[in-house]
Amino acid sequence: MILTLAFRNLFHDRIRLAVTLIGILFSIVLVAVQLGLYLGASKMITSNIDHANADLWITVYGAKSFEDGGMLLTSRERHQALATPGVKAVIPLIVRFAEWRKPEGGSTRVVLVGTDAEDGGLEPFDLVEGSWEDIKAPEAIAVDRTYFNELGIKGVGDTAQIANGRVRIRAVTDGVRSFTQSPYAYTTLNRARALFGDGDGTTFYLVQTVPGADVKQVQQDLVNRLEGAEVLTKEEFRDRSLKQWLFRTGAGVALIGGALLGILVGTVIVAQTLYSSTKDHLGEFATLRALGSSSGYIYKVILAQAGISAIVGYILGISIALIILVLSHNTALPMVMTPALAFWLFTLTVGMCAISALSAIMKVTKIDPAVVFNK
Amino acid sequence: MIDQPQPVLEAIDIVKELGSGAGKVRAVKGASLALVPGELTLLMGPSGSGKTTLLSILGCILSSTSGSLRVAGTETSNLDSEELADLRRKHMGFIFQSYNLFPTLTALENVRIALDVRGQKGFAASNRCEEVLRDVGLAHRLRSYPGNLSGGEQQRVAVARAIASSPSIVLADEPTAALDGENGHAVMALLARIAKEQKRSVLAVTHDPRTLSYADRVVRIEDGRIVGEERRPDGLDAPEIADLTKRRKAHG
Repeated sequence: MILTLAFRNLFHDRIRLAVTLIGILFSIVLVAVQLGLYLGASKMITSNIDHANADLWITVYGAKSFEDGGMLLTSRERHQALATPGVKAVIPLIVRFAEWRKPEGGSTRVVLVGTDAEDGGLEPFDLVEGSWEDIKAPEAIAVDRTYFNELGIKGVGDTAQIANGRVRIRAVTDGVRSFTQSPYAYTTLNRARALFGDGDGTTFYLVQTVPGADVKQVQQDLVNRLEGAEVLTKEEFRDRSLKQWLFRTGAGVALIGGALLGILVGTVIVAQTLYSSTKDHLGEFATLRALGSSSGYIYKVILAQAGISAIVGYILGISIALIILVLSHNTALPMVMTPALAFWLFTLTVGMCAISALSAIMKVTKIDPAVVFNK
Repeated sequence: MIDQPQPVLEAIDIVKELGSGAGKVRAVKGASLALVPGELTLLMGPSGSGKTTLLSILGCILSSTSGSLRVAGTETSNLDSEELADLRRKHMGFIFQSYNLFPTLTALENVRIALDVRGQKGFAASNRCEEVLRDVGLAHRLRSYPGNLSGGEQQRVAVARAIASSPSIVLADEPTAALDGENGHAVMALLARIAKEQKRSVLAVTHDPRTLSYADRVVRIEDGRIVGEERRPDGLDAPEIADLTKRRKAHG
């Protein structure tokens, strides 16, 4: 009967129910979009780090992120690293911003990634046209199809100019977005060096350890050997890149702030509507009390109302969020929804509604059952 | 010799003060009353005489300022609100002047909720609710909402709700006040039947003289004090007890 009464109380006043559901829906959509964008941004920022086959990253001191590695390392650091116990391989990786001159005129910035896949470090991922072998061809480069317009190209075979040389599109990735809005362009290590005229300089060294090696110990040994360089685990480098782009730029704070605002607005709307619903049904709750119901029974009715609102509001909210997810798929900043985020949003909705029920419960706590005789 | 039944509710020297400071009012001034099974008692008095306040105290809804109230052998003066609710749940059924039905629940659900708060659920509870609704003549209205029922039917649902859990005490506040003559008589006949056939103590607060004919006992309250009590002599019918009451009052 608790659920029946809660359900009827809610659906008795459909306008108020609509306001409650819109409040929850608005809140869920806002939180889902904000956190979905946050996850999407995080995925973009760390995708190259996650796809790299490296236990440790050697960077120049103070490197801020994958895209902003700072000064170049030399082959000296590579030899020192290779001489460190527990190190199996040290793979160079070039990552630098570069000027992309469009075939029809105009220019934009790209992040040029120079990597040799046969080294086992980082190879272009999510290729939908062409292969790594194609990228090894003279002038070859791979870009993501999302950025064709921005790069002034139509697809495989088109040419452009990067820094000092001409490049030709030989492979295409799908879904490899850049948080900096400067598209990633993948080519071989030597071509990247040639385009920049950097000699044997490199932005990062990817360190692979021998099986069974203590990665932390290898990291410490490398730190002791390499002056002026930093040695970071994959997780540390991910965190540093995320911190740089999401928090130093304020983008992440804005996204999380938006999510918090959504939670706040949803809580206030649900609390307000639940409170007014409880106030309208106060006579009925007083009757229940007079009939001998415990306070707990009445609290359960109110919490059930909050719970039903949460479930219906969540289903509506997550449905709209999923539509936005699909629509955002081909944009520069796609939203991400994971089962964990969906579950977390459900927990958040239920929690938000339960907190919202507190004001109604406090109102009901003060019920004087004697009012049943004054009606 | 006939055994005197033990009271299921016993109030001794109940005093209730309402308000505070200069606005303090003594609504009940030392009322004593006992309810025994199988009896329909009317508590009658003019408006403002304290009858509803006394009913609230007897129903463990309001606490008295002083005096003793025992319900089913339990002294209530030191009980907190949850313990009082527990006592109401176990021993009492209530009927209200305005019926106080849940407008969003059907007649059957309105009765079921009274069992639900007592932890009685499932088919057995549902069957019991149907049984009492049939008993009060509402077998054809089980799934009707209060808004679609007449006043008399609503009050009969309220009676069914009050007796569904088989409480030993049924307390009614002006049960006929909102009803026309026919429905008022029907509800009083029902309460009298409940008292007699199911051996319950029924106390009805009323100022409706139509109800007198159904009473086993009439307790009069004026200005917060019990001023008289008449018991229907064996063999005396309703008009006679009403007349007796009038004559006693005229003679002081």
